[in-house]
Order: sequence, then C-alpha cells, then structure tokens
Amino acid sequence: MTRLLVCPPDFFGIEYEINPWMRLNNQVNHERAILQWNSLMAVFEKDIGVVLERMTPVPGLPDLVFTANAGIVVGRTAVVSRFRHPERQREEAYFENWFRDHGYEILTLEPGLFFEGAGDLLGFPDYWFGGYRQRSDVRAFPILSQWFHREIIPLELIHSRFYHLDTCFCPLSGGELLYFPAAFDHYGQTAIAERISPANRLAVSEQDALRFACNAVCIGNHVVLPTGCSRTEQMLHERGYRTHAVPLDEFMKSGGSAKCLTLRLEE
Amino acid sequence: MNIHQETVVIDGHIIDSLLLAKVLDIILMMGGDFDLEDVQIGKTREEPSRARITIRASSNTLLDDILKAIQPHGASVEREADCRLEAAPADGIFPEHFYATTHLPTQVRLNGRWIDVEHIEMDVGIAVDHERTTARAVPMGEVRRGELIVTGREGVRVIPLARPRERDVFGFMESHVSAERPHGHVIADIAARMRRLREQHRREDAACRVLLSGGPAIIHSGGRDALTWLIEEDFIHVLFCGNALAAHDMEADLYGTSLGYGLTAGRTVPHGHEHHLRTINRIRAIGSIERAVTSGVIKHGIMAACVRRNVPVVMAGTIRDDGPLPGVITDSVRAQQAMRAAVAGVKLALLVASTLHAVATGNLLPATVPTVCVDINPSVPTKLADRGSFQAVGLVMDAASFLSELARLLGRPT
Repeated sequence: MTRLLVCPPDFFGIEYEINPWMRLNNQVNHERAILQWNSLMAVFEKDIGVVLERMTPVPGLPDLVFTANAGIVVGRTAVVSRFRHPERQREEAYFENWFRDHGYEILTLEPGLFFEGAGDLLGFPDYWFGGYRQRSDVRAFPILSQWFHREIIPLELIHSRFYHLDTCFCPLSGGELLYFPAAFDHYGQTAIAERISPANRLAVSEQDALRFACNAVCIGNHVVLPTGCSRTEQMLHERGYRTHAVPLDEFMKSGGSAKCLTLRLEE
Repeated sequence: MNIHQETVVIDGHIIDSLLLAKVLDIILMMGGDFDLEDVQIGKTREEPSRARITIRASSNTLLDDILKAIQPHGASVEREADCRLEAAPADGIFPEHFYATTHLPTQVRLNGRWIDVEHIEMDVGIAVDHERTTARAVPMGEVRRGELIVTGREGVRVIPLARPRERDVFGFMESHVSAERPHGHVIADIAARMRRLREQHRREDAACRVLLSGGPAIIHSGGRDALTWLIEEDFIHVLFCGNALAAHDMEADLYGTSLGYGLTAGRTVPHGHEHHLRTINRIRAIGSIERAVTSGVIKHGIMAACVRRNVPVVMAGTIRDDGPLPGVITDSVRAQQAMRAAVAGVKLALLVASTLHAVATGNLLPATVPTVCVDINPSVPTKLADRGSFQAVGLVMDAASFLSELARLLGRPT
C-alpha cells in the first residue's frame, strides 16, 4: 500500500519570494488553502486508498507543506534535503526529526551541497533523473547514485518557473513520461529521448505546464493533478490512466501543486 | 609565453546525460580550448564515469569566465596545492628534493596562482623570489644560499606543446631522423620560416632571432660562402661555435685553406697544416677577431660577416683547442652562461655539424623553439632527440649541401 508524507497547511502562506511564482502581494486565502488541501487528501485516502502520514505543522515554516522537498526515501533510508535558500533551510531539522522518529536511517550530504529531495530526483525503477541548477547541485547526484546503486541522469532546469524537476517532469507507472520539453535544453531533451521512446513521451502544452500539469502524483493507474489541465487529462485517459483533478491554485501562488504537497514513502 | 589553464574534474553519469558534451561545448563556444586528460567510462549503467579536462584560454579573464560557466554543471577545479619551497643550503647546491625541469613550458603555483617559470630550460631547478610572485629556471651552479627552490612535484605543472599554427615540417612535432627521407621540402620549410623570421627580426630586433650553432665541418665541406651570405643577408642573428670554426674560417680568408686543405685547389698544400696555427697566432697578436676585421686583416667570411652585421658570437672552447683565439671562453660553465644569455629571443635554431655544440644548445633551448639538427652522422640528431629536445627536426646530410640549398632557396645567386 502506498504511503505518502504530507503536512497540513496550518501555517502555509507567502512570507518570502524565492521563486517567480511567489509574490508577497499575492497572499494566500487561508481558508481556501485548507479546503483545497483537504480535498486533495480526500482523493488520496478515499479514491485511491493511500495511507497518509501527517507531519505536525510548524509556525513560521510556511513551506513545510511541500513535503516533496523533505528529502528522498529509499526503503528504510532517508536522505534529508539541503535547501539552497536560507528561508527553507530551517525546515531541514523538522524533516530529519520526522524521519528519525519513524525509524529511518538518515543520510546527509555535506553542508553546502544543495539537494532538494524528491522535488529534484524522480525516476523509473531502473534509473533516475536529477534536476539541477535552480535548486539542487549537480554534484549531489554522483553521491546519491553511489549510495543507492542507481543511475542518475542529470537534467539542467533552464526556466526559473520550472525550478524543481517535479514541476515539469513526471514519470508514470506504465513507463510513460509526462513532461514539458521546453523546461530542458537540447542536451536534456536528447538525454530524455535516449531513454524514453517517442511513444512513451507525453509532452504537455505550455498552457498546461504553467498550470503545473506535470506536478502530478501517479499511483498505479491513478494520476492526481491540478485542475485546468484538460488536454493533459485527455492524453492520460488515452493511455488508460484515471485522472483526479483537484483545485490547488492557492498552492500555485507559492509555486507548488499536487506532487509538491506529497512525499512518497516506501510501499 | 602566457598560458592560462586549469584542470577540472567532472563525475557522475556524464555520458548519457550529455553533461560532458555540454561542458566541452561550453568551453569551445566561449573561445577556450581543452584536452581530455583522462576519461573513465562506467562499465555498467550504475557505475559513474569521470573525466579530467584541462582548459586553456587566451586570457585569465576568459579562463575565469569559462570556469564559472561550467561549474554549475559539476566541473570543479581539481584540488591543488601551492608548490613546496626549500631554501638552498649553500651556494651551488639545491635542496635534496629539488624539482628538476624539462624544457617544456612550466608553471608553479604560488599563493593559489599559477605563475610561468621564466627562462625555462631542461635539467635545472626553479627558484622563486622571496615575495613569491615570480619563478625562474636556475642552473645548479648559479643557485645562491637561501634562495627558495621548488621541491617535489606538487604545485608544478608542465604544459604540453600546442601544435603550431604553421603547417610545415615543425607542425608535425615529430622527431624524425632519417637519412632516407627527402630533404627538399624540409629545407624549403626552414627557408620559409627564416624569411618570416627575418621580417619579424627587422621589426622586433632581439626579441626574434635565428641562431646557428656550427662546427668546423661547415668550412671543411665548403659551406662557408653560403653561411657568410646568410649572415650578410640578415637571416642569422646569433652564432654559437668553437675555436675551430672561427679559426678555419679566417684561415680560409688568409690562406685559402681549411686545415691546410686548399679550398679551391682541392688538395693539401705544402705546410698547410700550419695555416690554422698561424691564423690563430696572427689574431692573438691583433688582440681580437673584431679588430682583425675592422683593421682589414680579415676581409671575408663568417667572422667578418658577424662583425660587420653585429651578430653576437659565443665561442666555447674545448680541451683540444689550439691557441685559442681571443674571445674563446675556455671555462665551460662561463661558456654555458654566455650561451644561456644569448638564447633569449631565439625563435629558430640551426645546429649544424657539431655534436657538442648542438647538444649543449639543444639543452638550453625551451621546447617551444623549433630546432633543426644537420649532421652527416645520424647519431647526432638522434642524440639530441634522446636528450629530450624532441622538437628537433633531424637532417642527415652534409653541412655545405644544407647551407647551400638553404641559401639558394632564400635567394642567393648561384
């Protein structure tokens, strides 16, 4: 059974600007945010049957809701993130405590070697892709690759609006890849094409990409994604996926959506 | 020579991700150049690959820009240390573990910066000034007590020669010594270089010179007129030789013989074996070769041309010398110093028919100076190549034939 780590948005808000989506003058409607988050959780728990692990929210850490950036979890081992921005570095201790309290073996990268967890490391069973440049440092990947004996193909993220790999790149359970090609340069696109056949590459439109269609959570044949991405949903239906569109625009004010709000734990 | 280079390493899954390709493309697109020093490709998909890349740029600013541009892609400067320095324990003695130079361009790292070693030559040490801002090659005999000498290999790097832009015989950077190879195109390439260097010499004077280091076989074999012409026409700007070449050159002028052999008659002349001794005695009586020329005693030939054209001549003596002539330096350490001082600005060296002078000159020259070694004995160019002067082009041929053909190609009337 799939388990996801989440954190209720009790203290979610825009308190700083560390990506182009965030604007201090575009404040979050707190009630709406809570409703949206609860409806997302309802989809996971009731529609898909996921087990949710809820972290305790912390005042003053508005982005703790984005648990995708807690780190990565492989089996019973967790690598805790090292955030690039000081604003989010304060989250590291809370994520680390949660992993430790739940019996995970903790691995940490050397200080200054930025790595923002599952936000920048995604993959298929045999190999992973690592997004770098905006947040994570490309030099983290050889170390992670060594720790987990997994190939990690680095992909440069060239647009500031797609600052984490999970904002523009979503591997699906059937081996397909939902992605926004223009978020990558020619080298990245070629590297992706080398690994994933044209039939399995599902390129989303710019319009849907900017609504974070790729910030989707795929569990079995369920795909949970933000509302307003009908062309992407259509594409997924043609591949036999069941889509669950959830309104998450309050979280988009912070540059996050369905995927950012979850961290996959071991099965 | 100012070389701006840095070595970076990049590792991980750099092949399939095209990360290595991207880094190399960035270097080239920004106007830099690179050498892939070492690439280890992972044997399985899981195994990472690793590459060491040496980046070269025309300026420090460009190098910094390139390093900044590739750093986000994981290419980071290899961890380096400053070179180690030890004070020389006494005059003329290096510290025990002194770094022994090659004749290739060399840099040492001082306070985090790579500094060119000035006046590089092979088989010497490297001295660093007390402010640790400059470095120069220093021969063993010239080191002074307390001078800071580079020891060990850390913080020292030798820069491989870049292929020259010229597509001539030197452009192949090979040390070919063969009696079977046709000489024509090699001499033509040398002539073309000398024509260019003469133009450059006329603009830059001492900063661009052609050196000829020669033995007396030039006179014996009949190459005297051709060499005289080359000097008079401003193609040769420094001459290294011994007592013999000068003595036989002036003997030819005074007696028409070379070691008693009639140069035009083609046979020995009576009492000819005395001619070179009488010549040496005469010049000794006059006091100097220069005065012998200016006073009109010596009218023609190599020495006369050198005096008239102000071509510096370094004459190094040997233990078999007669006389010797005034000006011959009989202390070989002092001779070496004089030769070392005279190789500055040399852009081409012709080492003709003299084993000892050729090897001595070859040792003093940095590897960046193209060198032509001409001798009828193949062991001489080979010896020079074995000594490490691998930029030497060897021609197994007679000195007179070489000089005559060279002069003909440069416009000497035949």
